[in-house]
Amino acid sequence: MPQIFHPSMNTLSRVSIFGFLFIVAGAVGLAASLSRSPYATEAGVIRSQPVPFSHRHHVGDVGIDCRYCHQSVESEAFAGIPATSVCMDCHSQLWTESEMLAPVRNSYRTGKPLEWVRVHDVPDFAYFHHAIHIKKGVACETCHGRVDDMPLTWRESTLHMEWCLDCHRNPEKYVRPRDQVFTMGFERKEGMPTGEELVKLHQIESRTDCSTCHR
Amino acid sequence: MSKPDPHAPPTIHSVNDQISSIVLTTRTPRGWYFGLAIGFVLLNVMLLSIGVLLLKGVGIWGINTPVGWGFAIVNFVWWIGIGHAGTLISAILLLFRQEWRTSINRFAEAMTLFAVACAGIFPLLHVGRPWYAYWLFPYPNTMDLWPQFRSPLLWDVFAVSTYATVSLMFWYVGLIPDLATLRDRTKSRFAQIAYGFLAMGWRGSARHWKRYQDAYLLLAGIATPLVVSVHTIVSFDFAVAQVPGWHATIFPPYFVAGAIFSGFAMVLTLAIPLRYAYNLHPFVTDKHLDNMAKVMLAAGLIVAYGYVFENFSAWYSNHTADLEMIENRLFGPYAWSFWSLMLCNILVPQLLWSRAVRKNPYMLFFISIVINIGMWLERFVIVVTSLHHDYLPSSWGMYYPTKWDWGLYIGTMGLFASLLFIFIRILPMISIFEMRELVHENHDNHETEAP
Repeated sequence: MPQIFHPSMNTLSRVSIFGFLFIVAGAVGLAASLSRSPYATEAGVIRSQPVPFSHRHHVGDVGIDCRYCHQSVESEAFAGIPATSVCMDCHSQLWTESEMLAPVRNSYRTGKPLEWVRVHDVPDFAYFHHAIHIKKGVACETCHGRVDDMPLTWRESTLHMEWCLDCHRNPEKYVRPRDQVFTMGFERKEGMPTGEELVKLHQIESRTDCSTCHR
Repeated sequence: MSKPDPHAPPTIHSVNDQISSIVLTTRTPRGWYFGLAIGFVLLNVMLLSIGVLLLKGVGIWGINTPVGWGFAIVNFVWWIGIGHAGTLISAILLLFRQEWRTSINRFAEAMTLFAVACAGIFPLLHVGRPWYAYWLFPYPNTMDLWPQFRSPLLWDVFAVSTYATVSLMFWYVGLIPDLATLRDRTKSRFAQIAYGFLAMGWRGSARHWKRYQDAYLLLAGIATPLVVSVHTIVSFDFAVAQVPGWHATIFPPYFVAGAIFSGFAMVLTLAIPLRYAYNLHPFVTDKHLDNMAKVMLAAGLIVAYGYVFENFSAWYSNHTADLEMIENRLFGPYAWSFWSLMLCNILVPQLLWSRAVRKNPYMLFFISIVINIGMWLERFVIVVTSLHHDYLPSSWGMYYPTKWDWGLYIGTMGLFASLLFIFIRILPMISIFEMRELVHENHDNHETEAP
């Protein structure tokens, strides 16, 4: 009776049996790294906006405070997106003929708001409140990164739950004195309270139960 | 040439011919097509039930508050229990050198695998969003979430997946020499390649046999604790909870005995018609049926003890909720299920004390069907009568299964039947080489006895 399989099948079957482990390990590794890559999280990916707004210029060069535009950040869940009139506070005087700002003037004239593309969209099943984080000494920079150095805006963090929990479990690693919350490029100086002291001072209770965020 | 007598004692050649010809024949019996067709229709009922469930959610089932478990858990426990006989027959009886197991272990193991496949569907769908079921496994995820290791429901995940893996390995390793036999006997090129591939280059050398036997014994050793552990952990799903009617220490042994009881009933339900249809009387003899009936009777008595003790401990506790549970179970709205359970699982199996009944395949078939129903009722009683009448009278309620509950339940029987019919058509349902070994040994003994 002739052989059913060619002798090379011996090698092939051995390689595939041992190789199977590597294929499975590789697939798991690929899935894990893909789910944390910018491809899935969009962290570090620039969103195109109706007007190419530069935080680097407005915050870094000009020195406008975060709260000038994001007015409700200290009191409400949503930090707030400025109305066109806020832009026009300055731009009715500056760069009034700029082609780049035509959509802003147009919006001001017609009363139709600019349709900014949301960069940080926390899923609806997670409850998030800006004000409480500001009050407890979590700085803008801690989550949003060096906004004063972003020519166009991207999301600095993954918004993964592990990222939230990292701070909720160890707040002392991140909190700052309250007067440093809106500072960009903060460095701890001599005489400032340590993280542990701030946790006591701000009465931070590390909340990690499900219903803290999934209400 | 005279026609071979199907009832004659088997010889080494007849074992090879008779068992492998079932698979290698070109004339598939008409009854096989008929059986597979029924199984396939029911399988589609299952797929439809799952499809509608995925579109609309678990609200199409009868589950509610307070009865959140319903049919899904009843059927899960029922199927898992059925699987247990396969492992018991294969592993424990192998280690105890009970040679009569040889002719039934192969299809009992297949039955285990198919039953576990059916069982797995229910908790998977019952989680509500089956596409997130992988969250049950501890893996480094972006949510920084870890499963709750204090919950028996998680232990279930590991118990059942280990059980499925070990059963599959055990079954496959046991098949390898037979796959090689089929590879060598088949005429079809496709079958040669398929069986050859699965036989993994088996040539039957002494070294192969040595390794094979080591591996098989080792797997039997690994599978043995699973017979006890899987249903113990399934019973923890109930016993660890505080619900009256669940929170009892008798549950683990009582569940294991119940699993063996229902498993052997299912083996008989399958073995008796198969033996008839394929003329397997020389292999599956009346002695086999008799032995299985005895195991069933013993397991049934342990289960009966479980029922008695369950009620006794509730009464002895003198706890209001426990007493209320007993009264409600015996005389409440679901009393019909309790008394049918007593009839099916305690009264009818007592017939097995009679040798005449144990030698009568028709009676055995009837009793095994009754026990299958009884064991399903047992899980129904445990799940529904305990939950619908919990501690809080304001949330007492009734549970009514919907057509989709029934559709999925009956549908999984279709999955089971389809897999079983495909199995008996493409793989030897009785272990050829183990039968040959047995015939060989018996033959030698006879020769020394009678010169």
